[in-house]
Amino acid sequence: MNKALKTLTNGILRENPTFALVLGMCPTLATTTSAINGMSMGLATTAVLICSNIVISLLKNLIPDKVRIPAFIVVIASFVTMVQLLVQAYLPAIYDALGLFIPLIVVNCIVLGRAEAFAAKNNVGLSALDGIGMGLGFTLALTILGAIRELLGTGKIFDFAIFPENYGMLVFVLAPGAFIALAYVMALVNKLKK
Amino acid sequence: MAKLKSTLLNMILSLTCIALVAAALLSGVYLLTQENIEAQKTAKQLEAISAVLPTHERIADPETVQGLVVHKAYTGDTFVGAAVETESNGFGGKIRLMVGFDNDSHITGYEVLEQVETPGLGTHIVEWFKNANKAGQNIIGRKATGAMTVSKDGGDVDAITAATISSRAFLEAVNKAYEAYTEGEVEAASGASQQAAPKVSEDTGDAGVSPAVAAEQNPEQQATCECGKPIEECCKTKGTPCEGNCGKCKHDGEHQCKHNCKK
Repeated sequence: MNKALKTLTNGILRENPTFALVLGMCPTLATTTSAINGMSMGLATTAVLICSNIVISLLKNLIPDKVRIPAFIVVIASFVTMVQLLVQAYLPAIYDALGLFIPLIVVNCIVLGRAEAFAAKNNVGLSALDGIGMGLGFTLALTILGAIRELLGTGKIFDFAIFPENYGMLVFVLAPGAFIALAYVMALVNKLKK
Repeated sequence: MAKLKSTLLNMILSLTCIALVAAALLSGVYLLTQENIEAQKTAKQLEAISAVLPTHERIADPETVQGLVVHKAYTGDTFVGAAVETESNGFGGKIRLMVGFDNDSHITGYEVLEQVETPGLGTHIVEWFKNANKAGQNIIGRKATGAMTVSKDGGDVDAITAATISSRAFLEAVNKAYEAYTEGEVEAASGASQQAAPKVSEDTGDAGVSPAVAAEQNPEQQATCECGKPIEECCKTKGTPCEGNCGKCKHDGEHQCKHNCKK
């Protein structure tokens, strides 16, 4: 029980995929232009991560070591495509906002990283918990970054106006702002963890 | 169960099986969702068509003019406008638009059907060009010329801050739509019995661009601005504030009309 809890919380803070493992920087930097975009991307990744972790831990004995990476990629890519089709069919509003980024989950190294580092060595239950924990950690990190960038760039959080848009610093919505915000948040989190 | 050894046979078998199962599952999900996805697309398109057009009773079957799909709208037998599906290459990929024109080539609206511009910058094309409070960037109600450009290129449309390429691509798509519309409109006019010339006025009860209607009812006598609105609406007299949002009359420093309109 203790181990299960530890696995779950592991991804949220101690081994947070963004702030501690520094994995999946491409979607982190690209999708966090607003809090809602970051959160949706995080949740979509979480869904894929949980499914792929479960399936890979079930299949781990059927996959010979030398072909494990291609096999993992096939599994992950299938889940990503399924998520994309389902979101497109049943949640068109979210698809409009995130359409471009959903296929990018497949190149997100968190998903392959957890498959390789955790799911291939642990049982189904723990792998699912690891998926949930890592997914939540990623979602949390993306939401925080998105909120900071949205607030500083446009004066809003989750589209709720805090101060007039004219006072926003556009650079935070642009790519350089992603690096600046990420660096400061990462430094802060690492300071707090000590 | 022990882990499979990495022999050639095992590797081929395991990867093939995984790929087959994945393919089967994917085709299942695809078949399951396909109908819904198509329905969403059609619904979105229909919504876009009626959103950009002036008031109309029916929409004719789409036709293809210059490679673009044109949906013509009629009230009774009268041609009231057309919605044109157009596209161009933006900053991140293809931009697809639905642009609406009334029967006097004023832009009555546009909807972005598909775009992959930079979030937070180029994505502003969805709203930017229909902001009624900012005449410089608003294109709704303007008379299309087929040669609209951003102010950086010597035109009179304000580009989106930090997204000039997206703005250029957007206007390019609108210009293409106008070209297809003019061709289509000539056909529509020759086809419709009452219309001698394509741009002769019709009292159509036009919703979005009412200022144009006044001018159309008396096309000979009324002096009109370049933007097509009656001069009283747009420029009034020299020195009075310019009101028309037409973007065509030149303003001096104090937003006074310099009377740069055709008489």
